[in-house]
Amino acid sequence: MSIDFLLLMKHEMTLIVIIFVLMFLKLGKDRSNERYMNIVNALLLVNVAVGFFGNEDGVLFAEMFRTNKLMVLEKNILNVGMLIISMQSFVWLKTHKHVPEFYILLLSTMLGMFFMISAGNLLMFYLGLELSTIPLAAAANFDLAKRRSSEAAMKLIFSSAFSSSLLLFGISLIYGTTGTLVFSEIPLHLNNHPLQIFAFILLLAGLAFKISVAPFHLWTADVYEGAPVAVTSFLSVISKGAVLFVFVSVLYTVFKPLAGAWYNMLFILSLLTIIIGNLFAIRQDNFKRFLAFSSIAQVGFILVGISGSSAFGSASVVYFVLIYVFSNLAAFGVISLVSSLTGKENISDYKAFYKTNPVLSWILTLALFSLAGVPPTAGFFGKFFLLFAGAGKGNYLFITIAALNMIISFYYYLRIVKTIFMDENATPIAGIAIPLMPRLALYTCIAGVLAVGFISYIYDYIHSLSSGM
Amino acid sequence: MNLSLLIIIPLLTAIGILFCNRSQQVKTISLFGAIVQLVLSLFLLFQYSQLHIIGSADMMFQSSYSWFKPLHINYHVGVDGISIAMILLTACIVIAGVLVSWTTEKLSKEYFFLLMLLSVGAYGFFISLDLFTLFFFLEVAVIPKYLLIGIWGSGKKEYSAMKLALMLMGGSALVFVGIAGIYWNTGTFDILQIAQTPLPIDIQKIFFPFAFIGFGVFTALFPFHTWVPDGHSSAPTAASMFLAGISMKLGGYGCLRVATYLMPDAAHAYSWIIILLATIAIIYGAFATMMQTDLKYINAYSSVSHCGFVLLGIGMLTKTSINGAVLQMVSHGLMTALFFATIGMIYSRTHTRLVAQLGGLLKVTPFISTVFVIAGLCSLGLPGLSGFVAEMTVFMGSWQNPDKWYRLATILACASIVVTAVYILRATGKTIMGPIRSTHETLNDAQWNERLAAGILITGIVIIGMAPFLINELIGPGTDEIMTKVLGTVNP
Repeated sequence: MSIDFLLLMKHEMTLIVIIFVLMFLKLGKDRSNERYMNIVNALLLVNVAVGFFGNEDGVLFAEMFRTNKLMVLEKNILNVGMLIISMQSFVWLKTHKHVPEFYILLLSTMLGMFFMISAGNLLMFYLGLELSTIPLAAAANFDLAKRRSSEAAMKLIFSSAFSSSLLLFGISLIYGTTGTLVFSEIPLHLNNHPLQIFAFILLLAGLAFKISVAPFHLWTADVYEGAPVAVTSFLSVISKGAVLFVFVSVLYTVFKPLAGAWYNMLFILSLLTIIIGNLFAIRQDNFKRFLAFSSIAQVGFILVGISGSSAFGSASVVYFVLIYVFSNLAAFGVISLVSSLTGKENISDYKAFYKTNPVLSWILTLALFSLAGVPPTAGFFGKFFLLFAGAGKGNYLFITIAALNMIISFYYYLRIVKTIFMDENATPIAGIAIPLMPRLALYTCIAGVLAVGFISYIYDYIHSLSSGM
Repeated sequence: MNLSLLIIIPLLTAIGILFCNRSQQVKTISLFGAIVQLVLSLFLLFQYSQLHIIGSADMMFQSSYSWFKPLHINYHVGVDGISIAMILLTACIVIAGVLVSWTTEKLSKEYFFLLMLLSVGAYGFFISLDLFTLFFFLEVAVIPKYLLIGIWGSGKKEYSAMKLALMLMGGSALVFVGIAGIYWNTGTFDILQIAQTPLPIDIQKIFFPFAFIGFGVFTALFPFHTWVPDGHSSAPTAASMFLAGISMKLGGYGCLRVATYLMPDAAHAYSWIIILLATIAIIYGAFATMMQTDLKYINAYSSVSHCGFVLLGIGMLTKTSINGAVLQMVSHGLMTALFFATIGMIYSRTHTRLVAQLGGLLKVTPFISTVFVIAGLCSLGLPGLSGFVAEMTVFMGSWQNPDKWYRLATILACASIVVTAVYILRATGKTIMGPIRSTHETLNDAQWNERLAAGILITGIVIIGMAPFLINELIGPGTDEIMTKVLGTVNP
């Protein structure tokens, strides 16, 4: 039992160990920031490596905690993302006063996400969700001198509190109508009763807040803009990815009996999200705001995939999130470097960026192409499979509207490519020497962007795990 | 022959370019890669003619590897005569394109890298027998064009590049819906398997328009042709050649191989719409060309008109007309590439493309002027050159369709040749005859690279024009196969 328990919870255990190590380090003698970050990155690398060992299915604590190969994979994806973010924030954190605290906050958030992914009970699920939001709000405030950063933290905490209350209301109604909180028992008691549908809508709204599905997206842009780039990339990739994983598994297993109801909701929500995300992204000049809206549109496309409600659907979502981690983090990596070295965060500052920074320009361009879904980058495969899974339902009007919306997203991604390559600028951003850590992170991202699509084994593996769900 | 070589060689060339530092190295490697491509395509033609059983339309040199297993996506390639004709066309244009860009100095590494990437997309598209692979390569060929026009173009290049990229992406979005629909109704992406088990006519009627319009955007289907004039005129010379010579052919080939071949019943049902749009494109394109004053716009609008013949041939659904459509694709590809190459040569010397500012070039640049005349005569359909063969075949085939409205369309399309003659002769006359401007008196004639490029393209045009039976034998079995699908479903 004891060993089993350690093995099954290895992701969570490693994180807890790292968090404690960091606390003790902070208590000990003062170290330079670079020293801290080298230690943290080494620990995170170990964390990633540990995740790949041992792959057992199992249930613990009366179904409070369960794990299977798909969840292990999902946690591994998040771990890789976390490592990349940590390496990319090197430049920004180098001059910061509270490095260990920053990591303690982010890793606690990760811990909450892992519990949420592995939850087998609505209470455990709620606990994980809360653990993953409150430290994140503190982290959003981590540019201590900036007022915008505090504003972002406030907005994040208020909207999270609101969504949590919706979620709790939904959970209590579900408990009221089914008499259980255990995931495996809920489907047996679901019978499309209006109150159950209402409870489900509340739950959906709560989750929709977290992944910023329209019309629950209003907090996203402000928070993304105000928070430090590292936190923004964490919010948009890790936090969104984790909730999406849970979203898929909850919809496909727990609320399967309500599939008829949620298909229609997803249909409307996804189109709304895509269109609103796209239309707002067109007019943005701040890069972080731009990526906020484009990520809203991306979530809309993910919802199209989820609506396919087949093994293709869930496989394409996990696959897309994996690709999204690489492509979005590559974009954020460049922005983070530029923003922390020059303070420039606007798209118009990037005019003629190619003249001075060809490598960074190509990385950013490949990342944007991948986000737009242009081959040969991985994003093409991701988008193709999402829309393809959605088409399995036979609602081709839906798919056509979604596919045509890709044109709008091409427009705004290409607009940035145009800014970088084609616009004239007398004073472009000066040439940036990329330090080793961010350089490694960026190259990892680009390798992912270029390779994940062609290594079809990855998709096959995800699909084989999803079809067992 | 291993067909994947056709993708690997340009890809290796592109990767090789990345490791070069000097502009001269980049060009040498590109030229070398392009020569290997041409040799490979000729070798492919040779092997095909040796191994191929006369009259059989089997896909030759097939190979298939599993790619995404759960979705039954395979990397499945194979060629028939039609694909080989397209591959040869691509190889000719790639080498000519590299040659005419020999003097490019601005970011030459990126420029040739993108040209090679574009050719990867084109070759991959023409050899694919799997809808996913086909779609993948179709999109590979779009983005390089955006960058090529946007960075190296002239005039309102950003606007044109964006318009082109968005319209082509819109086209591929429609194609996506078409192939997703085909997959979910047959369970496979494999073109050969889908062709063996015909789709129900109701399904065909839903997805044919998606596929046809989607590919149609690429080949300037009216009213989705608006990217053509802007895109062509803003693009640098080689990009214009690739765009008109290869990229627009991707659309025509897709209309034929995916839309018509896989959904023949719907092609019958909708043929009147195709004919209508094609006729409008032909006539509108011809008259719009008359009004143009810029040489590139003249050629771009005439491309709309000429690609209308491709769609007309496909829409008429007779064996001869489809043969003509394929011929017209090859012929127009060579001819228009030659035209753009010559315009590029003239522009690089005179720095103007306006007909009114040119004149008398024959006296100072006899070689370029002669090539210009050849391209023009091919465009207006002079016997002995490829344009005549192709257009004649389309008209003959179209007339075979007994419906009186279709015949009316044929007559109207034939009549447009007169308009073609007007604008071609006028542009040629004003450009190379007449008094010469004093500033143009010291121009030098074509360099070796330009002569070679023009020579390769003219050889193609003349071979097709003088010995049309050669290419007819090549593409005949392929079009027969498509026709048996089309007729077999109508008169069982």
